[in-house]
Amino acid sequence: MRQTRQGILPGFGLAMGFTLTFLGLIVLIPLATLVLKAATLTPARFLEIVFSDRALAAYRLSFSAALAGATINAVCGLLLAWVLQRYDFPGKRLVDGLIDLPFALPTAVAGIALTTIYATNGWIGSALAVAGLKVAFAPLGVVVALTFVGLPFVVRTVQPVLRELPLEVEEAAASMGAGRLQVFFRLILPELLPAVATGFTLAFARGLGEYGSVIFIAGNMPMRTEITPLLIMIKLEEYDYAGATAIALLFLVVSFAVLLLINALSMRSGSRARVA
Amino acid sequence: MHVRFVRPIGRAWIRLRAGRGPVRGAGRRGGLTEPRPIRWLLIALALIFTACFLVLPLVLVFTMAFSEGTGPYLAAVSDSITVAAIQLTLLTALIAVPITVLFGLAAAWLITKFEFPGKNLLVTIIDLPFSVSPVISGMLFVLLFGARGVLGPWLIEHNIKIIFALPGIVLATTFVISPLVARELIPLMRSQGNEEEAAAVTLGASGFQTFLRVSLPKIKWGLFYGVILCTARAVGEFGAVSVVSGHIRGKTTTVPLHVEMLYNEYQLAAAFAVASLLTMLALVTLILKGLIEWRLTRAGERGE
Repeated sequence: MRQTRQGILPGFGLAMGFTLTFLGLIVLIPLATLVLKAATLTPARFLEIVFSDRALAAYRLSFSAALAGATINAVCGLLLAWVLQRYDFPGKRLVDGLIDLPFALPTAVAGIALTTIYATNGWIGSALAVAGLKVAFAPLGVVVALTFVGLPFVVRTVQPVLRELPLEVEEAAASMGAGRLQVFFRLILPELLPAVATGFTLAFARGLGEYGSVIFIAGNMPMRTEITPLLIMIKLEEYDYAGATAIALLFLVVSFAVLLLINALSMRSGSRARVA
Repeated sequence: MHVRFVRPIGRAWIRLRAGRGPVRGAGRRGGLTEPRPIRWLLIALALIFTACFLVLPLVLVFTMAFSEGTGPYLAAVSDSITVAAIQLTLLTALIAVPITVLFGLAAAWLITKFEFPGKNLLVTIIDLPFSVSPVISGMLFVLLFGARGVLGPWLIEHNIKIIFALPGIVLATTFVISPLVARELIPLMRSQGNEEEAAAVTLGASGFQTFLRVSLPKIKWGLFYGVILCTARAVGEFGAVSVVSGHIRGKTTTVPLHVEMLYNEYQLAAAFAVASLLTMLALVTLILKGLIEWRLTRAGERGE
């Protein structure tokens, strides 16, 4: 029935033709070029490039900073979603609207603004410098930038789940004598965790590849504050296409693998709350 | 169901569809909430976090932009290189966004109206650019069209410039924004079903009429939202464009690249002045998003 009803709708050929042509020209052929280019390297040379000390340091920074940023976002995003969904306070709508700023603000603008704020003579950086914390031009700066770009993800994945949570369950638990903390950790949090995990994954993925907001604040010292996308950029500027290709391919494959893994894990733990 | 890629935009859409903003008066649900001090503490923490990461950057951009006064601000904004950068950025968006919209419409139509083998794979491929670092996105086109790229020698022979020129910037931008409209429309069109389209076709409407008169009105707000998102990303794209642009001042520098160059030359006030233009665009984007949400809420309340 469904098949026949769909069968009468027009435009299959046109839509399929346009979609495949576009994807082929814009996405698939360029990606295939990357793989082919990397295949021209001998395995020994490939391994030498991707496991060079400088490359390893860059992967380490990229993955750990993205992980730290996503973790901060998981905690603070949950807090923001909770406060925005459950409490009333003046300016709430404004805050809710501002959450999407990192999606809308060009990354270069975010980068120079955060650098200026968190530099040792900046508004927040100067206060932190007194406490002995150096943010801008240090690995911590990368975490700050990645926290910014990933900020909306957890908030926006948790909010709808929180909104749909039936209050009756909480009421029932409370009427049976459960404390508020108990209700939160036993009832609410388990329902929210899958959404937090999804938001975390998205923030992590975004953070791994992020370039614009990071390069200003990082300081870009090789081995110390150089993220993987920047290393690729430097190799390209030196016309070292082989080096750039090898590192880019490895980085892409590992990022995909990590993403698939996290997705699989969060899907398994969250099959309950994922009806929608 | 493609649960594995719950995209933020998709989520945002579900939120729009649900037609509910933050619930008003939610804090006053009798005894079922936290004690007042805890509420205040949580609100304070949330506001401090928001201030440090969202409000301060906005305030800083405008403070720095006007740090040397209105005269230098206007001079930086109306500088001939800035104007050239704005023109290049707008031209890029003007080409990349319509192509992406057409692709998004075609892909969403294909995925929500028909059954065919390999559909899941297709959805994955549509999503693919989301997970590619912008720098790598730009690099793909350098490998293809650059002087030492696959097609490089042929292009040089025929005197066609793609990398370090407008076509390269458009291609890299299109790659980066390509999933946005499709991702916006697919969940929306899936939730709406195909009954009305089927009825229109049965009653003798042509395919084009069906699309224009039946489908398009149903998705117009979602499409509008997709276009806004796309434009914001196209104008602000930095990493991918940075790779293919070559940074030829006044020729291949888009607005974000121009900001970068000014900043690296320690012309801070000028850099932030130009950045303030992009910031205003971002604020307009957020306001338009809010307006669309508000319209949908109203439509939802009227039972449309």
